[in-house]
Amino acid sequence: MPRSSTGSQIETLIQLLARVPGLGPRSARRAALHLIKKKDALLGPLAEAMAEAHAAVKVCSTCGNVDTRDPCSICADERRDASTVIVVEDVADLWALERAGAANAMYHVLGGVLSPLDGIGPEELNIRSLVGRVEAGGVDELIVAVNATVEGQTTAHYIMDQVGDLGVKVTRLAHGVPVGGELDYLDDGTLSAALRSRTAF
Amino acid sequence: MQWHDEGVILGIKRHGETSVVAEVMTRDHGRHMGLVHGGRSRRQQPLLQPGNRVDLVWRARLADHLGAFRVEPLSLRAARLMERACALYGVQAMAALLRLLPERDPHPALYAALDAILDALHEPASAGELFVRFELAVLDELGFGLDLTRCASTGATAALVYVSPKSGRAVSREAGLPFADRLLALPPFLADRQASPEREDLTDAFRLTGFFLVRNVYEPRGIAVPSAREAFVRSVLAVPADTAQ
Repeated sequence: MPRSSTGSQIETLIQLLARVPGLGPRSARRAALHLIKKKDALLGPLAEAMAEAHAAVKVCSTCGNVDTRDPCSICADERRDASTVIVVEDVADLWALERAGAANAMYHVLGGVLSPLDGIGPEELNIRSLVGRVEAGGVDELIVAVNATVEGQTTAHYIMDQVGDLGVKVTRLAHGVPVGGELDYLDDGTLSAALRSRTAF
Repeated sequence: MQWHDEGVILGIKRHGETSVVAEVMTRDHGRHMGLVHGGRSRRQQPLLQPGNRVDLVWRARLADHLGAFRVEPLSLRAARLMERACALYGVQAMAALLRLLPERDPHPALYAALDAILDALHEPASAGELFVRFELAVLDELGFGLDLTRCASTGATAALVYVSPKSGRAVSREAGLPFADRLLALPPFLADRQASPEREDLTDAFRLTGFFLVRNVYEPRGIAVPSAREAFVRSVLAVPADTAQ
């Protein structure tokens, strides 16, 4: 058996850090050592920030976003166009769209996509609350911004089926050549989709 | 252990941060799972979409290990499938049907049918008929095949318009008339390969295969009818028979 070279608290810290995406056991050990070396400047404030975030974090009851308030900052923002709702798979996608600053709209986080292999059906996603938002009125357009995967697009069609009769315009993101992309490196499916979705100059 | 085969991707499951476990219907090795290292990379993700036909090399230390796949593209159909609701629901519903089969049990006829149907699934006009035939083939492979070639009562091969819910065998119009309310309708296109299905025929056909799938497979196993099947049936029946979506 390998001998433990550190105390149990440090081992626990390393084990927990190793569960963070992007960190493995070795990099977690390095990160823990870095935190310990900068105990006052980094470890203490980080621990406080994490404790505060743990106490304050809430899931928005309207859109499913994470924030420290409910409704979240986006849903409470009156300058946003409430008639357009962008439907995303995950909070990470919401953040990506917000970073891009491409739309001044509201959001709805599904919490995943339909995935039979993972046992995720419609009931496991925030689709019912989305239908409720549309039924409540005030929504003119739903932009379904899910991934261009078979599971993502199946979810998009399922949403369309659920809200299609409610008089709301449903749109989805275009599929095609990414900015900076070279045609030579694109897969056949993306190239075909890009050709079919071509637009006039 | 190593083998080389071709297969159709049925689904993927995330494994760690960079890899996936792929579920593939292979030609000679049945429904098979395997790890794909780097399966979540930008290069591999488009390849690992359900419906794509791929070339596979599977390696494992022991035969009963999960093992790892090396995957190369053969026919990337996912983008075309994504264009239509019926194709998307169809590929999911066919994958759900194939999950009824035991893992690593070869079903070359079903593989050939799956591969051929996926090429035509984006055409709503033919998708319904092909899917029903696939359900019949799955029932057959599971040991619950229907005999739609001759009348269970008289042996007649003409005017077959009913199916007995008890035996799963066809019944002719004449023999079945007194019990018509207790029999299932047999749409003409299932009794005669030359006939093309109308929308009512497809409704009857889905009811027919659905009845036997529920009674013989889903209920005994305590599982619900996959939502993808219901969505597929809705999407196919919503499209006028002579027009595309």
